[in-house]
Amino acid sequence: MNSTLLRHKGWTWGFRTTVLLYFLILIVLPIAGVYVNSLSDGWAAFVQNIGDPIAWKAVLLTLKLALIATLINALVGTMAAWVLVRYEFPGKSLLNSIVDLPFALPTAVGGLMILVLLGPNSIVGKAAASVGLDLVFHQPAIIVAMVFVTFPFVIRAIQPLLEELDRSAEEASYTLGASRTRTFFNVILPAMVPGILSGAMLAFSRALAEFGAVVLVAGNIPGRTLTASVYIFGEVESDNEAGAAAVSILLLTLSFIILWLINLVQPRRMS
Amino acid sequence: MRRLWITLTWLVFSILILIPLVVLTTGAFDEGGEGFLQALGRPEAMHALMMTGMIVVVVTLLNGIFGIMMGIYLVRGNWLSRKLRQLFNSIVDLPYAVSPVIGGLMIVLLLGPDTVIGAFFENIGFKVVYAFPGMVIATLFVTFPLMVREVMPVLQEIGTDQEEAASTLGAYSWRTFWQVTWPSIRWAVIYGTILTVARSLGEFGAVLVVSGNIINKTQTATTLVYQDMENFNVTAANGVALVLAVFSIGLLLLMERAKKRKEVL
Repeated sequence: MNSTLLRHKGWTWGFRTTVLLYFLILIVLPIAGVYVNSLSDGWAAFVQNIGDPIAWKAVLLTLKLALIATLINALVGTMAAWVLVRYEFPGKSLLNSIVDLPFALPTAVGGLMILVLLGPNSIVGKAAASVGLDLVFHQPAIIVAMVFVTFPFVIRAIQPLLEELDRSAEEASYTLGASRTRTFFNVILPAMVPGILSGAMLAFSRALAEFGAVVLVAGNIPGRTLTASVYIFGEVESDNEAGAAAVSILLLTLSFIILWLINLVQPRRMS
Repeated sequence: MRRLWITLTWLVFSILILIPLVVLTTGAFDEGGEGFLQALGRPEAMHALMMTGMIVVVVTLLNGIFGIMMGIYLVRGNWLSRKLRQLFNSIVDLPYAVSPVIGGLMIVLLLGPDTVIGAFFENIGFKVVYAFPGMVIATLFVTFPLMVREVMPVLQEIGTDQEEAASTLGAYSWRTFWQVTWPSIRWAVIYGTILTVARSLGEFGAVLVVSGNIINKTQTATTLVYQDMENFNVTAANGVALVLAVFSIGLLLLMERAKKRKEVL
């Protein structure tokens, strides 16, 4: 009896240690490693790497494009969530199922789809070219790619809120003589705001980090179409790992702050 | 008004998702069925698909097992202090915030041939970076949170009553797990598995950085699509991408079914 108990304890201990070690080595070590690596040569080297105009312009450009993509998604996503919850129409369940497709599709496939759709030989590309607008390998295509990969976030964040929304508040508003527009802005929209916010923040952090879809449609012109993740990839390819690591921790720190903000917003929604 | 919103929603979905899918399909067949088969029959395409398959199997197995255990420890592990569990819990999400390229870079910085660990493995004849193990590690990093995040809410919801009853009645913890805990988390585990498969099937950025994208060696399906596009081999890229898309759509349908079952419980 005693020996089986001991063996049992040994197994438990070994099992727990293995799982925790797996977790720490797989997740914590690499993240700590990239910070240590880019700061190990001192702040001066780090600042010099960040100070490279190509580097900081890439980060700024990524912030700008991700912000535009997030705004588009906040608007379009709010509309789509509203339509998918409130209206009955042909094809509703089909649309509801394919909302998640951008999550399921490999990002490289998503990028390829946008490239083929908007490319110079496509109908859209030709039409745009005839009015002097370049899509692919320019900023519009990067924004479309970011909108595509982050499309589900806002919709999926708003849907449950709309479904749970108490109809009686809405009906009370109508009974009291408020117009449809007024009811929407005073009763329904405030209920959706937490979803719009947390969905938009998730979309923003994903758009900042996006690589697969963007690298296929971006033109890599420094300051104009070179995003941060593509810049990091380029620096790794040309063996400038210090430069890549410096921009990485800038981007990482930003993403971690956003993640932390999302966590701050979410518990409040639950209560 | 109502008509307008419905039409607009259809328009957005069509432009962003449906039409691109149609264009991708026609693009794969623009040289007929033969061109499509030729694109897939290339030795590098067969090899790339096989690499992707191997990564999916290894990653799903490892992260499946360790993800379930981590989820259980984070919810039930009273042997860990509350503070520590909270800390670990927030660390689990970090890979979500990390750009895949950065994930790949981390592995190169840690295990690359110029590093201490990398050099050690190289000496004993075991290549990590620019080889299969590195690609697996990169994909493991990216997909780790998926299973943990599926299992945890279910465990929190079911509470500990039944498990406690089982252990007071004298069942060993292993038996408690299989007979009491497992049946209630089963659908969450299936859902987490599908998510992990989908994500590791489509992983691109991290794998591209770690693998070096060496044709017939470390090239995966997604990095082959990228290379075909760089070489302006559009039909071939579309063909491989279509295969990946069909798999993803299949997984999405499975996910819908699993989600319904999960909600029933």
